Amino acid sequence: MDENYDVIVLGTGLTECVLSGLLSVDGKKVLHIDRQDFYGGELASLNLGQLYNKFRPSGQKPELRGRDRDWCVDLIPKFLMANGELTNILVHTNVTRYIEFKQIGGSYVYRNGRIAKVPSNQAEAISSSLMGIFEKRRMKQFLDYLTKWDDDDASTHGALDLDKNTMNEVYNYFRLENGTRDFIGHAMALWSNDDYLNEVARPTYERIILYGQSVAKYGKSPYIYPLYGLGELPQGFARLSAIYGGTYMLDTPIDEVIYDDDNKKFAGVKTKEGTAKAPIVIADPTYFPEKVKKTGQKVIRAMCILEHPVPNTHDLDSVQIVIPQNQVGRKNDIYIAVLSDVHCVVPKGYYLAIVSTIIETETPHVELEPAFKLLGPRLDTLMGIAEIYEPQDDGTASGIYISKSYDATSHFESATDDIKDLYFRVTGKPLVLEKLTEGLNGLDE
Amino acid sequence: MELKSYDKYRMSFAPPTTSVKLVLLGEAAVGKSSLVLRFVSNDFQENKEPTIGAAFLTQKCTIGERTIKYEIWDTAGQERFASLAPMYYRNAQAALVVYDITKPASFIKARHWVKELHEQASKDITIALVGNKHDLVEDDNDGDDSSLRKVSIEEGQKLADEEGLLFFETSAKTAYNVNEVFVGIGSKIPEAPLLKPQQPQATDGRIDLSTGTAPAADGCAC
Ligand SMILES: Nc1nc2c(ncn2[C@@H]2O[C@H](COP(=O)(O)OP(=O)(O)OP(=O)(O)O)[C@@H](O)[C@H]2O)c(=O)[nH]1
Ligand SMILES: [Mg+2]
Repeated sequence: MDENYDVIVLGTGLTECVLSGLLSVDGKKVLHIDRQDFYGGELASLNLGQLYNKFRPSGQKPELRGRDRDWCVDLIPKFLMANGELTNILVHTNVTRYIEFKQIGGSYVYRNGRIAKVPSNQAEAISSSLMGIFEKRRMKQFLDYLTKWDDDDASTHGALDLDKNTMNEVYNYFRLENGTRDFIGHAMALWSNDDYLNEVARPTYERIILYGQSVAKYGKSPYIYPLYGLGELPQGFARLSAIYGGTYMLDTPIDEVIYDDDNKKFAGVKTKEGTAKAPIVIADPTYFPEKVKKTGQKVIRAMCILEHPVPNTHDLDSVQIVIPQNQVGRKNDIYIAVLSDVHCVVPKGYYLAIVSTIIETETPHVELEPAFKLLGPRLDTLMGIAEIYEPQDDGTASGIYISKSYDATSHFESATDDIKDLYFRVTGKPLVLEKLTEGLNGLDE
Repeated sequence: MELKSYDKYRMSFAPPTTSVKLVLLGEAAVGKSSLVLRFVSNDFQENKEPTIGAAFLTQKCTIGERTIKYEIWDTAGQERFASLAPMYYRNAQAALVVYDITKPASFIKARHWVKELHEQASKDITIALVGNKHDLVEDDNDGDDSSLRKVSIEEGQKLADEEGLLFFETSAKTAYNVNEVFVGIGSKIPEAPLLKPQQPQATDGRIDLSTGTAPAADGCAC
């Protein structure tokens, strides 16, 4: 297959697959390659065999029920915000046809040694143990203020300016307690450290609004999750790309990258199938190790197999638990994502809890202890550490556009920012989402 | 548009529809998309481009008292380099394995796809083996050496019998036997499709992202 393409994409992670899909829809001729024989790259959901092969190739595996493929274990613990940008892209591209979603049952936050439910409606807010009665009133005033805020109507701004005042100043204005600040900043705005306190309030305001809108959408929590695991997301976008003419080659290592112009510009790749040429390549960091740099952050992730729901979560089938950094004397939050057979990722009777945080010490596994304590007995725990990479440059000079590693946040908003940013760099125009209507689908209902 | 609302009107009196995910497999250019086009819109295009832009179609099929709504997944070319995603097979209740009766290589490929389906798809999947482009051999006399036919009916039937498949020879061009394939599959699909073991609560709590509704959305935001 010696062929010419508009774009070659390397790696089938979510970022790469969404871009393939969008570019194919735009009419670009896309060749998409992965060296591995499965879709998803770092965002794959592994079956039991693949999981133990990766984390414990020669070690012991506990006796577990179910077939290999009844397990779909994510390598990256993330949920989708129901009203977030990724959801938006899914809806506009009709990829929702290929993937079914369920809500995450609830969201919890760690406070003073125990976990409490983040209220998802008025009734829960009134009965919540998270705040005393006066603090609840101040919290309500704060949320009312943010909900009513209108950029064009100065009368809604009062004494504050979201673009000038820091978040700390906003908290001070509403006389919110420290615990409440932890709760708002980490369980609602989902910041993973406290840097935001001394920055202007606008981004935090936007995150709180996104949180509120996402909860309002389906009711239980702000999160949704695809049945059979996050690995369905890249597969869905790969299918979109293929439907619009994209060519897919898995299990195909890159033998050589070809350059033009005195080895400066990308020109194509050689594989076992022959030479494929294109002026542009989009790749995950593993395909161009010499063109990426470490961000300095490392993430530790622990996949824990349980035979019971997480204690004190009202036996919900799925939850998120945020342990704000302050509460356990850290600089970065610890996240726990819990899933069960309801999301078709484990056989009935099992629960999967994925714990993650940014490493701060020489003994990262010890850093996860506060989370392990919340989980109760674990059948098995598989741990991995991932370095977070980002590209050295924006790619315009070389035609080599590299995505960022998936960060430690609990959702896909930053990954979606990277997608939009790459789309802009590659095409020179901002991503505008228009609802796709396909040729023959007049026959659809 | 009008047709749609009529459809909905009729539906409210009809017995419940069974939704069936049907996947297509087979070598390039054997006529997979053409069979779908014939079934869905009773049309045929002489020089059909490789599948682009419409690889998800739905079509209802009435069999006696029952209505089956096929959700048809075309391969979209991902099979070219053996890169079909597991998503493609997931929960498929029916499959068409298509070959071209004038192309022996496509029949060999069909065997491969049947094997793949047995490995990847759910146990109770209904598979039909379909030898397409029957119109090209219609006027042939038996035993004629110049015959375009390269795969005999007997060979097809034998493979089908060995593997427990339905078997048809069809022509997307003349519409010969095309409806029969879908009716044949439909009548083999169990009345109330058994829930897959990995899908314990089939419809409970699923949300429809395009309309933004959840079946059990209780309460509102704080
Ligand atoms: N004579 C004849 N030609 C057919 C028949 N079915 C399809 N064709 C032609 O065969 C060619 C390929 O048909 P497609 O329907 O695109 O085949 P496909 O299997 O979907 O091909 P890919 O999408 O590339 O995998 C087209 O030129 C069709 O017009 C048939 O029954 N008889
Ligand atoms: Mg086709």
